[in-house]
Amino acid sequence: MPHDHHDHDHLSPSGHPYRADDDTDLSYWQTMEIAVRELLVEKGITTPAEVADQIETMDARTPSNGAKVVARAWSDPEYHAALMKDASAATREMGFDIGPLKLIAVENTDDTHNMIVCTLCSCYPRNLLGLPPDWYKSRAYRSRTVREPRSVLAEFGVTLPENTTVRVHDSTADMRYIVIPKRPQGTENMSEDELAALVTRDSMIGTGVAKTP
Amino acid sequence: MLDPKNPARRWHDMGGDTAGPIPDMDAPGEDHDFSLWEKRVDALMIIGSAKGYFTVDGLRRVLEDMGEDAFEKMTYYERWIASINQNLIEGGAYTTADLAEKMAEVSARGKTYGDASAGS
Repeated sequence: MPHDHHDHDHLSPSGHPYRADDDTDLSYWQTMEIAVRELLVEKGITTPAEVADQIETMDARTPSNGAKVVARAWSDPEYHAALMKDASAATREMGFDIGPLKLIAVENTDDTHNMIVCTLCSCYPRNLLGLPPDWYKSRAYRSRTVREPRSVLAEFGVTLPENTTVRVHDSTADMRYIVIPKRPQGTENMSEDELAALVTRDSMIGTGVAKTP
Repeated sequence: MLDPKNPARRWHDMGGDTAGPIPDMDAPGEDHDFSLWEKRVDALMIIGSAKGYFTVDGLRRVLEDMGEDAFEKMTYYERWIASINQNLIEGGAYTTADLAEKMAEVSARGKTYGDASAGS
């Protein structure tokens, strides 16, 4: 049924729940978006197909990309070493190209917990996680994470032992980070696909931990 | 907000400031998808920079010059389209007159985003 509204539980192509219908009055900034896009087409700078392709490319980037990288790093010591040495190259090899940016993998261990933030704006490892969630771009997260990471973590329900070192990595326009969460116990015999299902978006930002099986 | 101890520090350099709770990370739909118009803004940023009209630094410069008031009052992708537009005009992609004419034409098409972007 085309007007059946029971579809709110379904996920969009980018793996997010659909938003409510977007049929509010046309805003000034929406008008500008349409105008800019049409002018770029009229001036021969882009085409409608190029815009649609770019949206499709971005929609295809979801935290499942990052989860595959983490699961492989947990399972394959050689890949783990390559990822820690040069994460841009190691993720490019899996088809998740970060382009000219530098990507650094930081690994959580029994002693150390890593978190990522962009205090200046919203820089994020888009090739592995897709577009950043709203809270990542908020004043509160940007301001407080470098000042009081443990209280920020507590708001996400993560409490770490007192003697765990917390390292916060501030991303820049040219340099991004990805957190390799600690591999949960009891996963020794799991396949890469099973492991990937334990790796959440927040565990790769450092505001969460991997799920336990 | 000027930092009296470091007047060169601008408003967007907010790391280390105090602030309220992290917003909405548990709210239903926190993990929402973006609207089509927002995805198009994101695509225009990638395309505009891929074609050499501006860099991420150019995008950031305009966002930062818009000031704290814009950060509080406009949404993320509203700020982005404003910056992309400014950068494209500076880069010579089109003129302010082209933009004014096109925006008038677009807003005359209808009341909603769907009506106004129909056929494009």
